[in-house]
Amino acid sequence: MSALELAQQLKARFGDCISEPAEFRAEITVRLSEAERIAEVCQFAKKEMGIDYLVDITSIDNYGTDPRWTIIYHLYGYGHHCHLRLKTDVSEEKSELPTVTGVWRTADWHEREIYDMMGIQFRGHPDLRRILMWEGYPYYPLRKDFPLGGKPSAVPEIAFTQTAPEEGGPFVTIAGGKSSTAREPRVREPASDDVELNARVERRRDMKEVHGHSHGPGPVEKK
Amino acid sequence: MATQDLQIPDAAARAAVLPGGAEELTDTHGEKMVLNMGPSHPATHGVLRIVLELDGEIITKATPEIGYLHRGDEKIAENMTYTQFIPYTDRLDYLAPLANNVAYALAVEKLMGIDHQLPPRCQYIRVICCELARISSHLLGLGSMAMDVGALTVFLFTFTEREKIYNLIEALTGARFTTSYTRIGGVSRDLPAGWVEQCRKFLGEVTANIDETEKLLTRNKIFVDRNRDIGVISREAAIDYGLSGPNLRGSGVDFDLRKAHPYLIYDQLEFDVPIGSVGDCYDRYLIRIEEMRQSVRLLRQCLDKLPGGAGNASKEPVNIPDGKTVLPPKYKVLTSMEELIHQFILVTEGVNAPPGEIYFSAENPKGELGFYINSKGGGTPHRLKIRSPSFVNLSILSFLMPGHMISDTVAIFGSFDFVMGECDR
Repeated sequence: MSALELAQQLKARFGDCISEPAEFRAEITVRLSEAERIAEVCQFAKKEMGIDYLVDITSIDNYGTDPRWTIIYHLYGYGHHCHLRLKTDVSEEKSELPTVTGVWRTADWHEREIYDMMGIQFRGHPDLRRILMWEGYPYYPLRKDFPLGGKPSAVPEIAFTQTAPEEGGPFVTIAGGKSSTAREPRVREPASDDVELNARVERRRDMKEVHGHSHGPGPVEKK
Repeated sequence: MATQDLQIPDAAARAAVLPGGAEELTDTHGEKMVLNMGPSHPATHGVLRIVLELDGEIITKATPEIGYLHRGDEKIAENMTYTQFIPYTDRLDYLAPLANNVAYALAVEKLMGIDHQLPPRCQYIRVICCELARISSHLLGLGSMAMDVGALTVFLFTFTEREKIYNLIEALTGARFTTSYTRIGGVSRDLPAGWVEQCRKFLGEVTANIDETEKLLTRNKIFVDRNRDIGVISREAAIDYGLSGPNLRGSGVDFDLRKAHPYLIYDQLEFDVPIGSVGDCYDRYLIRIEEMRQSVRLLRQCLDKLPGGAGNASKEPVNIPDGKTVLPPKYKVLTSMEELIHQFILVTEGVNAPPGEIYFSAENPKGELGFYINSKGGGTPHRLKIRSPSFVNLSILSFLMPGHMISDTVAIFGSFDFVMGECDR
């Protein structure tokens, strides 16, 4: 059996919901047009097509286009050793689709991760909580409109974040000017270094914006 | 010892087996205690935190909490070129960085459609890297597993050998830990002079060391008692939870990506895939021991068949001869216009990958490490997803742990051999 035959089998059962199989680098991808039927399709794939191993679920943010989300299921069968990629689109207004935890239990953490990172809900998931970030973190960091450096946030008594400096600051070598040895963070003196000083001032201001005082729940810096 | 005999799930069931019924229960009976284990606990191998609900010493519920080492690797990958991301792959499974480098490079090469153009010497070197990384990772996994269940000596034994691997890796890559050895389309440098001989010497020594480790553990009464029939995963559960690597094979599933979907030159090499029969901690231990022996066997074959020989007298290339993929030699950059342009484009814009999407997975020491790359063309991925084996393997814990004694947790953690750098990414 080949992956192409699997795709045809899926198409024979679900008809127009399943797109023509696309091939790239010897990998077969089919697209499911109705995300609502994903659990049904997966159940069929497991029962009738011998796809017993859900390798991975992942999501893509197609920021600026509609539908915004693409969910990708990587399927594999130990019996026939074939991979199949199943994709489905979800609009930003909806941001929800049925869970496949009832089909493969490994979907549990994969779906939690997608919820945590992109904010897509899985209806019927037994325990849809944040997994990598903490409960109460207000953003979805893998969205394309979330900045690389992060945003300030605070959950009192649990955790807080600040914007990471992309230049200057305690971990980053400053660009240009002096020799690279002199620009390394560990040789710079905070008190006499403008970049350091500005980074600290900015951090304090961020903290004040978030929770009213200029030091966070973390350790207070000594003068 | 079968743990099922000890398992009394709740107060009602406990009352049912007592002659006097519920009246005989004292105050402490049936009261559950919640125990927080980790994130800073020596047996959690990093920063895994697990919240255990206990009935006496029996675990009734286990909730793993992960994410303490989350660094946003996937977000970072979207903001840099493919080559710039190689050092980040070192920090996934930091006990086997070479294997991560190889898996990542192969994934990008598959996207670019150049994975079949890799020169033979490069493929052999990459297999050598993968298998050295496997031995290194399993040595640590075994050492810490044995230490967790009380056999401290083994840890010292295996670390002696790991030190030799680190020396070999340092000679090869210039770094002991964060190797960043592969490049898109090749490796950063050829084997240094005398390296093959050093490696052969090491293989002899590590074989003796594995034998000694086996003598210390395999028939050790305490070790066997603490691992046999503990953490039993059925074949069905292993597949349902998507386990991979030694944890999957321990449950009797004969699946190894090196055999099922051979990459590099694994189809030209002889090796066996050990599988377990029970699926307990002891099986997973035995599999790691055997996998190290098989890795030694693979390494010997690679060193024997290495194209160009130890010193590369015939000047076999180790990189794809394409200046638009691999950085050209420095002397040419300084003397020739075309190479200068290639170097400039490669450094500023990265390799030119076509639009498309691929998933590539390699059999890493911890299991199936997969990279899903979605490209819109150019030098930066639109989305890079890391399918890390430790993340998936750990998801079974909440299913597996209930019914075990609290002291079994360390045996189970040890036998799972997970790495949080890879789990949290």
